[in-house]
Amino acid sequence: MALDSKIPNGPIADKWTDYKDHINLVNPANKRNLDIIVVGTGLAGGSAAATLAELGYNVKAFCFQDSPRRAHSIAAQGGINAAKNYKGDGDSVHRLFYDTVKGGDYRAREANVYRLAEVSSNIIDQCVAQGVPLAREYGGLLDNRSFGGTLVSRTFYAQGQTGQQLLLGAYSAMNRQIGRGKIKMYNRHEMLELVIIDGKARGIIARNLVTGEIERHSAHAVVIGSGGYGNVFFLSTNAMGSNATAAWKIHKKGAFFANPCYTQIHPTCIPVSGDHQSKLTLMSESLRNDGRIWVPAKLEDAQAIREGKKKATDLAEADRDYFLERRYPAFGNLVPRDVASRAAKERCDAGFGVNKTGEAVYLDFAAAIQRYGKEQAHIKGLDENDTKLVTKLGTDIVRSKYGNLFQMYYKIVDEDPYTTPMMIYPAVHYTMGGTWVDYNLMTTIPGCFSIGESNFSDHGANRLGASALMQGLADGYFVLPYTIGDYLAPDIKMGAISTDRPEFDEAEKSVKDLIAKFMNNKGTHSVDHFHKKLGKIMWNKVGMARNAKGLTEAIEEIAALREEFYKDVKVPGTDKGFNQELEKAIRVADFLELGELFAKDALHRNESCGGHFREEYQTEEGEALRDDENFAYVAAWEYKGKPSDAVLHKEPLVYENIKLVQRSYK
Amino acid sequence: MKLTLKIWRQKNAQDKGAMVDYKIDGIEPDMSFLEMLDVFNEQQINAGEEPVAFDHDCREGICGMCSLFINGEAHGPDRGVTTCQLHMRMFNDGDTITIEPFRAAAFPVVKDLVVDRSSFDRIQHAGGFISVNTSGNTIDANTIPVNKKDADDAFDAATCIGCGACVASCKNSSAMLFVAAKVSQYALLPQGRIEATDRVLNMVNQMDHEGFGNCTNTGACEVECPKGISLENIARMNREYLSASLKG
Repeated sequence: MALDSKIPNGPIADKWTDYKDHINLVNPANKRNLDIIVVGTGLAGGSAAATLAELGYNVKAFCFQDSPRRAHSIAAQGGINAAKNYKGDGDSVHRLFYDTVKGGDYRAREANVYRLAEVSSNIIDQCVAQGVPLAREYGGLLDNRSFGGTLVSRTFYAQGQTGQQLLLGAYSAMNRQIGRGKIKMYNRHEMLELVIIDGKARGIIARNLVTGEIERHSAHAVVIGSGGYGNVFFLSTNAMGSNATAAWKIHKKGAFFANPCYTQIHPTCIPVSGDHQSKLTLMSESLRNDGRIWVPAKLEDAQAIREGKKKATDLAEADRDYFLERRYPAFGNLVPRDVASRAAKERCDAGFGVNKTGEAVYLDFAAAIQRYGKEQAHIKGLDENDTKLVTKLGTDIVRSKYGNLFQMYYKIVDEDPYTTPMMIYPAVHYTMGGTWVDYNLMTTIPGCFSIGESNFSDHGANRLGASALMQGLADGYFVLPYTIGDYLAPDIKMGAISTDRPEFDEAEKSVKDLIAKFMNNKGTHSVDHFHKKLGKIMWNKVGMARNAKGLTEAIEEIAALREEFYKDVKVPGTDKGFNQELEKAIRVADFLELGELFAKDALHRNESCGGHFREEYQTEEGEALRDDENFAYVAAWEYKGKPSDAVLHKEPLVYENIKLVQRSYK
Repeated sequence: MKLTLKIWRQKNAQDKGAMVDYKIDGIEPDMSFLEMLDVFNEQQINAGEEPVAFDHDCREGICGMCSLFINGEAHGPDRGVTTCQLHMRMFNDGDTITIEPFRAAAFPVVKDLVVDRSSFDRIQHAGGFISVNTSGNTIDANTIPVNKKDADDAFDAATCIGCGACVASCKNSSAMLFVAAKVSQYALLPQGRIEATDRVLNMVNQMDHEGFGNCTNTGACEVECPKGISLENIARMNREYLSASLKG
């Protein structure tokens, strides 16, 4: 099967407009006869459900949490990009497009990224109209801040809770439609299978997590907005329940899975404290606007700090190595995430790490506090040389910008970041890979769409900060509502789809068989036992730096672990009713397959690009070395029974508007 | 640390439920409270017992999914945190810790420590939104300037995570703080003023319908709120409600 990305013809700036002018539309009366299932209620799923209902379709929305408002988009902190150019600092749609393609290390599809940049401004208008309280300046207009990988200030934000506010905006739009009866909401439901009839996605099998009942739901199209698969690493910044099951089930039914090895390791997370650790906590990248990252310049100082004999504040300026500022003078602490993460790992591997485990670097706000303090003292006509006063004034400003993040850090680590530098270390945060989709956001299964983090399309091999929120909302509010209409236009006379069809019987049976297998398996180890083992393999061999030997081992180890899992996993309780261990077992079963495909993809990609760093392919200075001649393509994998048999399909990436160069932030 | 846990166990909504005592050892001060429960559940599973069900998701204090009434306080003894951000260093070796679900007539127990908070969602369906089309064809975001103080106050109200600690802490099981936070967010913004009258009437009506109690100004909700949502929001909602009633 040849991949057709369905990119419209014409100049890049006109593609989306031309496309919208020529697609099939469904008239309002007919929309009432069409049902759409949306799985996931984060920024992508929530905004899609709301808009599709607004347009008149009958929407059934599903989330595994107790309310759509809990989706993990809520935890996004820093901000959302938009090419508004309110600051007049030279921003434009083209520049946002360019930054995103470059930031993704030239592994994203140009046409999709351009469209994303094009609709980005609309998102901000939309959210303000919905009452999302974005940060404002004293004049009453919206404020912006800068983010990693760019030279303009285009990031809109709501303190450190931008994701929360945007998600609650989408949730409010959903609530309006739920109140009108246009969205039927299924909380505490998990999609466990896709139903395909005559080659088209026509429904799902879901488990009611409260009663344990297996339910059949039919629709004319199915939209997956179930997020990323970062929890394949067990420890990540994802929510505990974040899972790949919906995305993996459609993969097994024919949706190709693209670039699974493109994973983002976020540089500013709170370091691991011990074996009991259940998840990692991210602190917004916006901290790098004011925080300076460093490690001791001398090994003996690093060792003394690890042993508790010295403190960070004991070290004089000359004894500190601000390694990002040293290596990347132009971007300094604001280099993209993959670059910052690897640089921290490089220093820690060389023995300069600063916590007990040796896996932490400092993020220091002392300079920012002094800078802001002096500025405030000047504004207020106070003594700029009074250190105590300046520190107080500066601390107040830093608190107003990052207060909630500092409080979060304090509660977890039990150290005051206003007076002692924070400790940070990279952690798995976002997955750029996902189900392959064409320009219409449709997977290789007709009628099955994938939006937001669960698809692969816009971020290439590395996502820039504040771009995930932009993509989720762009897909849900502004892109899918057009493209799905074009797909559904021929179905207007079809009528409701019966769930008594044999395809539903078959899908339901496969779900029931899987559950029965787990419930009757009298194994000896909990689900978490296996999940943690998988996470260790992934982090050690498929993590921030990869090589052929480690990846080959990982593939074998994961396959063996999967076998052991099915033999020896123990799921207590019953399948009738609420059973969190059963929920986890089903999710981990899918991670155990996905992890292997992930490693296989990383092994086949003999180059380094963005978040995918192969030790064999680096420049003399240790930067990622791409191979555009052989790897400028999307790797889309087709499922063939097991991950080791997956078949590779290539979608060549053609750059007509941006010249491929080696990414440089120096 | 060695601890005694007194945990509410209830098979399902119909079951009567009871407190059950457990012992646990090997807990470290750096663990979060939920990681302590993870360790407990691992022990239960290995011993062939059923693990305790509890709600949780983001484990960084923002999703609002975790709950728990710990030693008589919603989200436990620390201030300004959710249960998932509570750390065992707040407890001492040898302590006895009681763990119960958030209790309210409008929050029926699903299982053990898990409750059904969909009543909160239904209040939002009644008016927790601004009726704009989500097509994006609206006015430019900077067309209407918003006073920074109002924008900041609206933001503060909007940081409610919908966990239900206010209800669990209130002797009347009142949801006033939760509802007032949403009413305030919109009442403070020019975009939200258009529908302010209907919104407050509909949301308060739904709140009463769900069986939440009334507010008697004891202020326990504000103290226990992990996000520090202010009682001023309740005062604002009362003003909004009064003026809406007079208009109506």
